[in-house]
Amino acid sequence: MSSDLQQLYQQIILDHAKARHGAGLAEAPAGDLVGEAHMLNPTCGDELTLRASVHASGEALTVSGISWEGQGCSISMASASVLHDLAVGRDRQALLGLMEDFRTVMRSRGSIEADEEILGDAAAFSGVSRYPARVKCAMLAWVALEEALPGAE
Amino acid sequence: MVPVVSTPATLKHAPAAMDNAEVLRIRNDFPILGREVNGRQLVYLDSGATSQNPVSVLEAEQEFYEQRNAAVHRGAHYLAVEATEVFEASREVLAGFIGARANEIVWTSNATEAINLVAYAFSNAAAGRGGAAAGQFRLGPGDEIVATEMEHHANLIPWQELASRTGATFRYIPVDDDGALRMEEAAKVIGPRTRILAFTHASNVLGTINPVQALVRMAREHGAFVVLDACQSVPHLPVDVKALDVDFAAFSGHKMLGPTGIGALYGKAELLNAMPAFLTGGSMITTVTMDRAEYLPAPQRFEAGTQKISQAVALAAAVNYLRETGMDRIHAWEARLGQRLVSGLEAIEGIRVVGPAAGTERIGLAAFDVDGVHSHDVGQFLDDQGIAVRVGHHCAQPLHRRLGLVSTTRASTYLYNTTDDVDAFLAAVAGVRKFFGVAR
Repeated sequence: MSSDLQQLYQQIILDHAKARHGAGLAEAPAGDLVGEAHMLNPTCGDELTLRASVHASGEALTVSGISWEGQGCSISMASASVLHDLAVGRDRQALLGLMEDFRTVMRSRGSIEADEEILGDAAAFSGVSRYPARVKCAMLAWVALEEALPGAE
Repeated sequence: MVPVVSTPATLKHAPAAMDNAEVLRIRNDFPILGREVNGRQLVYLDSGATSQNPVSVLEAEQEFYEQRNAAVHRGAHYLAVEATEVFEASREVLAGFIGARANEIVWTSNATEAINLVAYAFSNAAAGRGGAAAGQFRLGPGDEIVATEMEHHANLIPWQELASRTGATFRYIPVDDDGALRMEEAAKVIGPRTRILAFTHASNVLGTINPVQALVRMAREHGAFVVLDACQSVPHLPVDVKALDVDFAAFSGHKMLGPTGIGALYGKAELLNAMPAFLTGGSMITTVTMDRAEYLPAPQRFEAGTQKISQAVALAAAVNYLRETGMDRIHAWEARLGQRLVSGLEAIEGIRVVGPAAGTERIGLAAFDVDGVHSHDVGQFLDDQGIAVRVGHHCAQPLHRRLGLVSTTRASTYLYNTTDDVDAFLAAVAGVRKFFGVAR
């Protein structure tokens, strides 16, 4: 077993792949904005449907719910679970910033280590960026959220 | 005549049956097999996707570019003549390899293009193109095109599309829970309306060899054309298209020790010569006016534009390499590796091999599901140990869906794999579920 592989499949990822936080499409809170997106990775057949809701209160837009269902590898499933934890309850604009940070790390080919203080459990995916073939797996839920996230002007 | 091939010296006095010692000598002819991956000796078990090239193939391609590079079938200068000679000599080599005549081999980019060529010739006939003899290819409402549930997308989608373009109906022969063709259903699906029967010779997922003879007989009873996907058979077992009595067969060069970018369509001469053109343009015509064009006979009719010349030359070298080794010997060796793969996988807890169980005939490949671990994770784990396998649906989504799976991991062998390769792979697979925390 190489250390790269252990870096890729950190325990936190394997745990999230099993726990699947946010799995099972849930009804959005009444009155909230709702969006949904379906993503497919044609190379492996992995699929993910993600539903996101945003609560508007005056000027403030807060992510009120993330739920999803899908099937895929441990990286894609863990990533959806982590994204759920990171997004729910967060300010919409702040979340978009975090998603951009995550994308930057994923595109870095291992040259940027994610800041755990900022990205939380999502920082565990830093090792994925060394495996270009797997970046799509890690990004599946995030790309779905980008498309689903309601509340844009 | 100029030489188109070089012969692997190590294979001159090969023993009756292949063994590891011979395979180790064969491996010396394949430079890439000597490289390391992730700090480990490469174990290449993805030849079902693409095979590796012996030095003789690489040299044939280089020799062509260094000595004879010119466009073929045009130009009268010295190099153009030599290039045309080696190009056509290569066609003869490939034709002889599968029991065909040279004018029955059309060069294509790959097997996918070969199958599309047939499908588009049919729909061009349906659109009224071609001479009187093209009438036999006309399809329309009421006609049926039959494939099977185990097909690679390359032998499935072109037929779905052909049906859509012509108004014909697309049907398929289902497989059973083990992935075997349901022949009793085949007898019902194939009927008087069937115009085309398309099926794979050997499954790229299941490893099964389909009963070509029985299927061809059913097609003949109803006067249907037979299109054989020979991608996993021509590289791995002796194939004689005349003995099989199929009308068309498609295969790819890169799966049989040759380069990428070239494949071939076999078609019975009388059929190819009756078929309307597919791709049109330069070098496939006799007379062109501003209104219309007349076309050459096959195979040139189907070879518009500058051809895959160096690839054809290199593919002929690959064919000679396979012939020197002996297709019956390669088949026997790979059958042995295939059995070793399956019996080894069956012995590992949590593994479900798709296709026939150990002890039943299969080619040298095995696809399997690991309970609780996605195929991409399995492949990643194996890659970390230098073991290259294929993961995903292997371009056979309907088959995977039928088997209740989304994806599988596939190990596929060739003449350069030893039993040690198989054993290294099996030892690694045995550690997968523990690593991903689904087994102790």
